Amino acid sequence: MTRIIISSLSHFILLIGILIMVVPVWMIFASSTHTSSMINMNGLQIFLGDSFYENYLRVLLYQGGFFKEITALKMFFNSFIMATGVAILSVVTSLMAAYALVYYRIKHATLLFWIIFITILVPLELRIFPTYSVMAELNLVNSYFGLIVPISASAIATLFFRQFYKTVPDELLESAKLDGANTWRFFVDFLFPLSKTMIVAMLIFMFVFGYNQYLWPLLVTTSEQYWTVVMGLKMMSGSIVHRFAFVMMSMVPPILIIIVLQKHFIKGVFQDK
Amino acid sequence: MKKVQFKSSYSQYLFLAPQLGILLIFLYWPIIQTFRDAFTMQDAFGFGATFVWFDNFLFIFDDPAYFIAFKFTIIYSFVITLITGSIGLLLAVQANNVMHGKSTYKTLLIWPYAIAPAVVGVMANYFFSERFGLLYHLFHELWGFNWYESVFDSYIYVIIAGSWKQISANFIFFLAGLQAIQKSVIEASMIDCKNSFRRFWTITFPLLMPTTFFLIIINITYAFFDTFGIIDTTTIGAPSGETRTLVYKAYMDGFRGLDLGSAGAQSIMMMLIVLVITIFQFRYIEGKIHYN
Repeated sequence: MTRIIISSLSHFILLIGILIMVVPVWMIFASSTHTSSMINMNGLQIFLGDSFYENYLRVLLYQGGFFKEITALKMFFNSFIMATGVAILSVVTSLMAAYALVYYRIKHATLLFWIIFITILVPLELRIFPTYSVMAELNLVNSYFGLIVPISASAIATLFFRQFYKTVPDELLESAKLDGANTWRFFVDFLFPLSKTMIVAMLIFMFVFGYNQYLWPLLVTTSEQYWTVVMGLKMMSGSIVHRFAFVMMSMVPPILIIIVLQKHFIKGVFQDK
Repeated sequence: MKKVQFKSSYSQYLFLAPQLGILLIFLYWPIIQTFRDAFTMQDAFGFGATFVWFDNFLFIFDDPAYFIAFKFTIIYSFVITLITGSIGLLLAVQANNVMHGKSTYKTLLIWPYAIAPAVVGVMANYFFSERFGLLYHLFHELWGFNWYESVFDSYIYVIIAGSWKQISANFIFFLAGLQAIQKSVIEASMIDCKNSFRRFWTITFPLLMPTTFFLIIINITYAFFDTFGIIDTTTIGAPSGETRTLVYKAYMDGFRGLDLGSAGAQSIMMMLIVLVITIFQFRYIEGKIHYN
């Protein structure tokens, strides 16, 4: 009897938690399917209206007045390029660096270790103007390269891969050496397949990290052609329901990725079965 | 380190080169420039800079606005850590308790983690707007809530906006921490102690200490740096700079005020704060926690 009471209490608390998460987003979504005059008169809505297609299509495709030179569709394209670029570049460079740190006897290994890992303590926000002037000097303002590379200068994934490699049994390298594998073959044929879960988890993590960047794209893009979705939130104008629709669409890609790939993400980050 | 390793004169550097190259050009070079900015003063026309020792630092210590931002940042990170940590722990314990629907609950609570802080801020904006904000009107009825003028009310606004998505992160890590505790430990404690509330605080919670301290650092970092997008889309520092974080103030001074010397000095102060927190974690906390 007490078991049932305790268990229903747990369900009740979890339900409240879910409501706190879902209700605000639902209300913005429901409101985004109404007309602006409806919102202005009656405030945020709980029930769906019938302007869904009208509002969302307009936000996605309208060029000119609403956004001056760019459609929301192009912003999604830019965000996608940026997020994918950040994910791939940071994961590939981190995989390689962690491999060298764990599987090689390197001169000055401790020094190299600190040069790489102390960077975790200096997020981009702390060096944003000098980073901008470096980009300006290298002529990389208003380019995908400029959006991607400074965000990829991160050793977080390196830390995870290093931890992971250290748990790989030494016998793997011994047997690979017996098979005559050289360092490149060992990396590609033995270690890479083993690290797949971790790689997927880090790709998801860095994709969401890149997609969600706000301050850096705001600073490094002066041409509207390179605007991303999240920074577009600040830039866009338009009537209230179109803003609701834009906000709703902006959160779809990262949420979808986290929900669909949830198992891989959690498995990789927490290294559980 | 591995007992078996590769020995080579150059190939390890080929593996290190891409990351090291990116870090050197896009991280170390800017950091060096930050130090140069912090110790120099640009002249009004941007033609040259003079070395001024610690003048930029003395200047920010003389600035009352810096201490307001400092005070707010400390309060903000403390409250966010407390709120998101305790709600995240509460939900994780419940999700770990239930027999059915564990993975459904997990899915339904995990997704806000993925939303950008700036997006959360824009959403919060709609709930706290004077015109149709539900929370604005609810709180206004209760105690005359008005974040445009009251410092306390503006704190409530940015704390709610800042905590919302971070509950998810705390939930995920606490749940993983709870699931990592061995069943036998829990079963043994069930025989020894019938009171589940006491059992939690004497057995389970101490075993969660590594997760807790990890999350404290994560939450403080979040409140320091990631909340930029939230402040910039909600109060923009109102009323009169009371809800500006240190990062937000440094950015505004550098961007709006074009005062790179001050922005650089403020960045270095923040690096010092982060360094102190990190050293504190390693020296005093890591040694005192129980690992299973």
